[in-house]
Amino acid sequence: MKNSENQLDHRIIYSIIEPESRVLDLGCGKGHLLYPLVRDKRIRAQGIELDDKAIQECVRKGLSVFQDDIEKSLREYPDDSFDYIILNQSMQEVRKVDCVIGEALRIGTKVIVGFPNFAYYKSRCVLFFRGRSPVTKSLPYLWYDTPNVRFLSIKDFEDFCEGKNIRIVESHYLGEKTTVKLLPNLFALNAIFVLTNKP
Amino acid sequence: MLRVQGGLKTQNNAELMCCFSRVKGWKLYGKEAKTLMNMKKTKSEKVYNNSIGVVETQYHTIAEQGDELNLESGEKLGPVTLAYETYGSLNDDKSNAILVLHALSGDAHAAGLSLEDHSVGWWNDMIGPDKAFDTNRYFVICSNVIGGCKGSTGPSSINPATGKHYALDFPFITVADMVHAQRRLIDYLGIDKLLCVAGGSMGGMQALQWVSSYPEKVRSAVVIASTLKHSPQQIAFNEVVRQSIMADPSWYEGSYYEYGQPKKGLSVARMIGHITFMSDKSMEEKFSRRQKSDKFSFGFDPAFEVENYLHYRGLNFAQRFDANSYLYITKAIDYFDMSGLNLIPLGKTVDTRFLIISFKSDWLYPSYQSQDIVRLLKKRHADATYCELNSTYGHDAFLVEINEQTTLIKHFLDKTFKKYLVSGDYEKFGKSA
Repeated sequence: MKNSENQLDHRIIYSIIEPESRVLDLGCGKGHLLYPLVRDKRIRAQGIELDDKAIQECVRKGLSVFQDDIEKSLREYPDDSFDYIILNQSMQEVRKVDCVIGEALRIGTKVIVGFPNFAYYKSRCVLFFRGRSPVTKSLPYLWYDTPNVRFLSIKDFEDFCEGKNIRIVESHYLGEKTTVKLLPNLFALNAIFVLTNKP
Repeated sequence: MLRVQGGLKTQNNAELMCCFSRVKGWKLYGKEAKTLMNMKKTKSEKVYNNSIGVVETQYHTIAEQGDELNLESGEKLGPVTLAYETYGSLNDDKSNAILVLHALSGDAHAAGLSLEDHSVGWWNDMIGPDKAFDTNRYFVICSNVIGGCKGSTGPSSINPATGKHYALDFPFITVADMVHAQRRLIDYLGIDKLLCVAGGSMGGMQALQWVSSYPEKVRSAVVIASTLKHSPQQIAFNEVVRQSIMADPSWYEGSYYEYGQPKKGLSVARMIGHITFMSDKSMEEKFSRRQKSDKFSFGFDPAFEVENYLHYRGLNFAQRFDANSYLYITKAIDYFDMSGLNLIPLGKTVDTRFLIISFKSDWLYPSYQSQDIVRLLKKRHADATYCELNSTYGHDAFLVEINEQTTLIKHFLDKTFKKYLVSGDYEKFGKSA
């Protein structure tokens, strides 16, 4: 996915986060999401990222980042260390999703999860009519080089939250250029949920 | 062996000397020699522009009678001389001072060219105009640790009580004692708060110790290839190092100053050190199995290049470093322990920002030890960045991997200097850099 401040998912997450809050971004990449938040909203940001080139880019932007694997990175944090934990476009690359979300809910008040919707109608068409693994704007990889290990739809994730007693505080469904209201599980490329297990 | 002799007439000559002396004493391969010659022709101006130039070590005496250093061992030490160098200039509000901390065998001469022995500072590639520690912006200080032998008071210094070398009468010192002494130097220089304390290996330990002892005086800490505490493996290596010195009959229970250094023992000690500073891969790249001649010598004289290198390094070290200092300082780093609540006491928060760097091929201070520092900082909500850099140089990487370290340190310092605020500078200047 192209990274820029104008990217729709970044704009939505940017608008969700309150000024001066404590934010942990899991899989922060080059810091494209955190940087404008630190600059404009004076958030206290910490990123977690595996790629050392991306980390250098973050440091260039003045961001603090730990080089670590998302799945191992949360253990040491005390409860309620952050106001927001962001898992944008990185959850689908994580194996132990339930563990990571569980840990994120423990150390953060709210968890913002953004992921590509596998049930997007174009994916369904490719699979149904062409009989091939779908390649879409939000799932741009071929089957053999994808970093994704989890493929899920919006409904899958809602079921997951219900099963785990996780409250969905906000939900945003993203189309190609704007948000989608109608039949999101069919027409949304990406979804962003704000989760909590706090009262 | 290439050695540049003679007087220095111009600044440019002095700078060229930097290039030459960096490799002086060790065999120059054809390619390196050629590069140096090219540098002489075309790059001398550039080299000049990027270096501090000629520097001089200064001395300051602290802990005079009645004001001695109270050491962690319970003993007192004084008076204490500290050798130090400074680069760049202190700004009006004294907010740009950086204390650079040296490793086990380092000294106060961190950058520039010393006319005394025509040597280039040990971190010359990192300290200077436009370098990681940019002397156009920052005031950089480096002092020799107490217990050392490069101008600061140590076992080879004269004990004022006896008029003789301290030798083993020198009290045991710890990393904390080194830092307490540095603090007095910083006070003397009129600096209330350091922008940064930075160092690799034992230098990183001192940086951590600074945060522990004087958190209010340290705005940021750069800890490279270091640890919260020595593992049994590291203590074991140090013990072998110490035993090889003490097993040399000419060590004379430390009282060898009239007769000369216990060269053989000290040299073996340093050979062990050098093996641990390199990696399997860097040794393969540097020496492989190359020998002096094509045939086996069937003798015990060094024939493999790696043997020659170790012998050269060992003997060279025996000429420049005091054996007792090596004993005292290795013990000090073995005692060092910042784990648990030692770094940040319970109930305290720390405002210091951290940059922790480790190297993939470093097996003496492996990355897991840097990650332990990170884990501890996470628990205490400290603002920190950690990066493991790819390098094949092993522990030596902190001295030779310049580019990536420079990117990280330069920007880390910049943000700290601007009081942690992310400004629009990145958009204006940084993107393409």
